[in-house]
Amino acid sequence: MKLSVVLLSVLMPLLLLSKAAVATEDVPAIAAASSIKFALDDVAKQFNQDTGGKVRITYGSSGNFVAQIKHGAPFEIFLSADERYTNQLASAGQTQGKGIVYAVGKLALAAPKTSPLVLDENLDGLKQLMDTQALKRFAIANPDHAPYGERAKEALQNLGLWQKIQPQLIFGENVSQAAQFALSGSTQGGLIALSLASAERFKSRANYVVIPQSLYSPLKQRMVLTLKAGQTANEFYHYIQTDKAQHIFAEYGFGKAVN
Amino acid sequence: MDWEALWLSIKLSTVTVVILVPMAILAGRFLAYRQFRGKSWVEALVMVPLVLPPTVIGYYLLVGLGSESWLGQMLEQLLGHQLVFHFSGLVVASIFINIPFAIQPIQRAFEAVPEDVRDAAACCGMSRTKALFKIELPMVWPGVLTAMVLCFSHVLGEFGVVLMMGGNIAGETKTIAISIYDSVQAFDFASAGNMSLVLLLFAITVLALTTSLSRRVGGKHVSSRR
Repeated sequence: MKLSVVLLSVLMPLLLLSKAAVATEDVPAIAAASSIKFALDDVAKQFNQDTGGKVRITYGSSGNFVAQIKHGAPFEIFLSADERYTNQLASAGQTQGKGIVYAVGKLALAAPKTSPLVLDENLDGLKQLMDTQALKRFAIANPDHAPYGERAKEALQNLGLWQKIQPQLIFGENVSQAAQFALSGSTQGGLIALSLASAERFKSRANYVVIPQSLYSPLKQRMVLTLKAGQTANEFYHYIQTDKAQHIFAEYGFGKAVN
Repeated sequence: MDWEALWLSIKLSTVTVVILVPMAILAGRFLAYRQFRGKSWVEALVMVPLVLPPTVIGYYLLVGLGSESWLGQMLEQLLGHQLVFHFSGLVVASIFINIPFAIQPIQRAFEAVPEDVRDAAACCGMSRTKALFKIELPMVWPGVLTAMVLCFSHVLGEFGVVLMMGGNIAGETKTIAISIYDSVQAFDFASAGNMSLVLLLFAITVLALTTSLSRRVGGKHVSSRR
């Protein structure tokens, strides 16, 4: 008898909760790469003003979202920082088609205003700091599952700096965290998303310079509708492709979407 | 200041305490009074969530309850939605990781109830259930209160498990701890600072209240007992 009481006390609230949790309003959950945080927040605000539609956006690293969506996360749109991740989901049959490129990401070298790191687009200042043993900490996103981290690694490899910089590297769980490390003064700089470095909150604390796109393979940021996408998600997906939304992305330093 | 996340955390803490503490009273009492073979193994099992890293627990829950596991699929059929990335999944996770925080103080409190008091209750013809409510619960109340406070605050602060199996969805699984983490990443230090301050003040207030309450409520029985 006791066991049934225990079981009931566990299951009853769960059942009640699941009943209560059935949303009456269509406010889709959206997974977005943290590199587009400021831009997409603005787009969502504009979307709400223009159409009255609402979305809930979760920012994180693209690789983690792939794992979560594969395990059944209820995201209706996935805006990846790199098309490799949306393609993975598409070939696993968990999206509606292959989606569309919504922006092209760029890397920036950033450093706190107090940092001894001299910013230049060929990273000569960084080289110099490494040669004089003065570089203590340098932040990038985790190259294993964050596209901007992957590209930062590529750029450092292309400049022949990757092996040497290893002991000084600090990995952010996603590019947002890397940016926060790069700006907090606990590192002397970092390779992060231009869209974050150029955001208002960042500019007041740190300087940045855009590095050449020839140093890394293009960051085609692709989005897809998942199988769970409802009406509002579809509307938002199309809204992101409008000139108005694309203009906001351009303001944050993203390159024009080429499909 | 993310009120939605704060409210969600409080809701999660409350639901966890309401479900877990009654079960912990039964389990704690059982462990306190019964001797059986393998008891130390059962007690060790109860303590496991205390020493496992939250990411390990989060990983097992994500994989074990996710839509790729048979258990996850069965529960999804039963409930109409899956547990991971859903509030009810956070409830399951919170219950699991708080088992030691709930059972330990309650078990200790039951162990402190003198045997002659229980014998006297039995001699008077009280049933075990009646003895629990009339005699034992008023005596072990401080232990129960400690368990409630520990569980409640532990859920408020839980991060790793929620991040892994919750998916950080606003209004559903985005708790206050996750919201603070998000704000820091978005360079929104003002908001992170405000929320942290609210949690800090809350923690101090709750601890002060429970200390004084358990002294007042518990003092009566403890002093008359010893």
